[in-house]
Amino acid sequence: MDLKEKLVSSFLAFEDSVDLDHPVHEVRSEAIKNFEAKGFPSKKEEAWKYTSLNSLQKVDFSIFPKEETTLEYKDVKKYFLHEIDTYKIVFVDGVYSSYLSETTHDGVDVCLMSSAFSKPMFRQVIEVYFNKVANKDESLTSLNTAFCKEGAYIYIPKNKMPKKPIQILHLATGNEAALMLQPRNLVVAEDNAEVQIIERHQSLTGNEVFTNSVTEIFAGKDAIVDYYKVQNDAATASLVDNTYISQKDSSVVRVHTFSFGGKLIRNNLNFYQNGERIDSTLKGVTILGDKQHVDHHTLVHHRQPNCESHQDYKGIFGDQSTGVFNGKIIVDKIAQKTDAFQQNNNILLSDRATINSKPQLEIFADDVKCSHGCTIGQLDDEALFYLRSRGIPKKEATALLMYAFANNVLESVRIPELKARVNKIIANKLGVRVGFDL
Amino acid sequence: MAYTEEELKKELETKEYEYGFYTDIESDTFPKGLNEDIVIAISKKKEEPDWMTLWRLEAFRAWKEMKEPEWANVTYKKPDFQDISYYSAPNKKPKYDSLDEVDPELLDTFKKLGISIDEQKKLAGVAVDIVMDSVSVATTFKKTLAEKGIIFCSISEAIKEHPELVKKYIGTVVPKKDNFYAALNSAVFSDGSFCYIPKGVRCPMELSTYFRINQAGTGQFERTLVVADEGSYVSYLEGCTAPSRDENQLHAAVVELIALDNAEIKYSTVQNWFPGNKEGKGGVFNFVTKRGLCEKNAKISWTQVETGSAVTWKYPSCVLKGDNSIGEFYSIAVTNNFQQADTGTKMIHLGKNTKSTIISKGISAGQSQNSYRGLVQVSSRAENARNFSQCDSLLMGNRCGAHTFPYIEVKNKSAQIEHEATTSKIGEDQIFYCNQRGIDTEKAIALIVNGFSKEVLNKLPMEFAVEAQKLLEISLEGSVG
Repeated sequence: MDLKEKLVSSFLAFEDSVDLDHPVHEVRSEAIKNFEAKGFPSKKEEAWKYTSLNSLQKVDFSIFPKEETTLEYKDVKKYFLHEIDTYKIVFVDGVYSSYLSETTHDGVDVCLMSSAFSKPMFRQVIEVYFNKVANKDESLTSLNTAFCKEGAYIYIPKNKMPKKPIQILHLATGNEAALMLQPRNLVVAEDNAEVQIIERHQSLTGNEVFTNSVTEIFAGKDAIVDYYKVQNDAATASLVDNTYISQKDSSVVRVHTFSFGGKLIRNNLNFYQNGERIDSTLKGVTILGDKQHVDHHTLVHHRQPNCESHQDYKGIFGDQSTGVFNGKIIVDKIAQKTDAFQQNNNILLSDRATINSKPQLEIFADDVKCSHGCTIGQLDDEALFYLRSRGIPKKEATALLMYAFANNVLESVRIPELKARVNKIIANKLGVRVGFDL
Repeated sequence: MAYTEEELKKELETKEYEYGFYTDIESDTFPKGLNEDIVIAISKKKEEPDWMTLWRLEAFRAWKEMKEPEWANVTYKKPDFQDISYYSAPNKKPKYDSLDEVDPELLDTFKKLGISIDEQKKLAGVAVDIVMDSVSVATTFKKTLAEKGIIFCSISEAIKEHPELVKKYIGTVVPKKDNFYAALNSAVFSDGSFCYIPKGVRCPMELSTYFRINQAGTGQFERTLVVADEGSYVSYLEGCTAPSRDENQLHAAVVELIALDNAEIKYSTVQNWFPGNKEGKGGVFNFVTKRGLCEKNAKISWTQVETGSAVTWKYPSCVLKGDNSIGEFYSIAVTNNFQQADTGTKMIHLGKNTKSTIISKGISAGQSQNSYRGLVQVSSRAENARNFSQCDSLLMGNRCGAHTFPYIEVKNKSAQIEHEATTSKIGEDQIFYCNQRGIDTEKAIALIVNGFSKEVLNKLPMEFAVEAQKLLEISLEGSVG
């Protein structure tokens, strides 16, 4: 039985575990129908031209998380950004771990989707926001919607800001031979609210994990949302991350994606600008080796006038890795005075590595400033010579230059400890210790 | 050697004779529809050898299995392929008896392009006794070419006279099963041009279909094959700036260029098919497959100015197979009113030290949609491949659209690829600057558009460039209120 059949037939069993009278269940039933009709995307579809999910569909994933597995904090501490105090929402094999987590209802709600679905006090927020920006036609998003039950629920009311950043951590223990996870997150920042979120998926063993995650983010007027995705997973973990963002007037949403590991990562990052004077920022650093595959698929839809968007994706690809960048900017007729910028720079370190880049513009308004740039090249020989002539060994000099190459993406990270952490991962990835703290 | 009128007449008569069968079938247009019998009949009409007939049949069988591509960013009512007559003898009767009967709008355009009265008549299909200039030019032209050993004739003629060359090269760059329209063209192509430049010969003049008098009415399925043998050079011009009022709605042409070691081909196109009226009714569908193959140290350069057609689907490409080969693509695509264009290029880097340059300028006005779609592919063996792409779009008014779909696929670490694209409108301050100096807005826009397209216009052969500049002006006339 292939994965699609298995998922569709498991839906009946899934229905036993959820409240069928809840309005959300109607959404689930619709979604499973759409998934059943569409199935997993194939390489024949333009959006999936460079990324194949075939190998994943052959794996016999277990779909329902078992009971909670206890993990000692000291064993997983290194996966947390433990240098600073944060709220934490931790899932172990898809099940909420109250022991590792720290949630709050003090002025803001940082808790679980399962409680947001079940408790009447959240009913209104769910009705207004749940599944409202997610693409209902997209088959993997539909699949997630069909099985949505658990995930992070973050609600920041008007003019509020949580006391500390929020970490969302998904751990897979390897209790199952192969595990499929489908977390569903909802982040709502009402007018003039502010929030910082760090998300990480981590597999603790060599067992296969496939995560199909959907995150919906709503930013009200003047709201500021910073979302950091750290993807440095084991070589047997695959991730399809679908993020949908709806922004209102003068809001700022910045999403940083750091992709350093995993078997297959597909990031579908979608920004919808539903107001004026919006600022959307999408940045990413990708450093890959082995046979890893990362596909960044971004969409910025400018629907209103006077908005800006900034995209900057840097990639360094070694060994037999594959990098895909597909950035799409759509500017609607009425979105005059749009300023959209998109940049994608890549360095290939090996002849067996591949880069497929497709920066795409679709523009229907005339008074706009839209540009995109894409480069694929090598490190500057002269710069390398400059460093070596000053006594820096070749390996370090190369690392230094690559670090510099990725650095302007890191500059806009607003949590210093996170920046330091990412720096360390990068130094580690590049395999060097330079004289100063990278 | 000077020609006397007598000799000229004689020559023309013999020409008639060569294609004598035209007279027989003047009234005979094939029934609508397409099947194997029709394909065989076309081949028979053309008096083609068996291998050609078989080749066409294979293409037809492949075509039957294919689906019309839908990925292009254009919408149109699909032509009914069974509702087209695939062969009709060229209509030799003049459409009009004098210039007065011709659409004044068309004449106006001719005047603006600076086309002489005689040529105007010829282009509009007015009965002309003998266009003296043109014929004599063509004759002397043919002689010079023959001296150099250059073969330049219609493809049907080439199939008969030079079957070894045609057999060797046809379908090698654009295989007959390449895509839907290429397969259709391979099955039913009615005529086209063939050009062969022998080793080490530099073609002394720009070859142009425009001068080939026997090419009247090449029809809707044109096939062009240009072969530049080792170390040769040719510059080839296709189309002409004058508007073509063609009855055929569907045009599916195939152009194959082959540049052998050290050869260079420069292929320039000016396309100005009927774009439909201001309401977007009518107009030509132009679905063209153009591709060139570069061997060692060879160079192929495509230059195109696209102003016509209701729907354009066209991607002149270069396969850089040989080491050190160079591919270039310079394009201006102008769309106005309800026109749609999806055009661009493919640069396939296979050899070492290959270079490609892409400069694409899109100008959209009215309610048109203009897309650039390009592919730069570097295979894992293509060491030191270099590509520079630049796609700029200019939007006029807020009812049109400009789209960019660049695909970049790189599998070699020594590759250097740069791609940049911008979209903007004509700056108000630029127009103001011109206005202030006494240049009216329409002229100012023409000036700015010319500046915007200059990089491409510069690549066109002299005469073409002047006409193309005027053509840009005319195409955009009235697009700014």
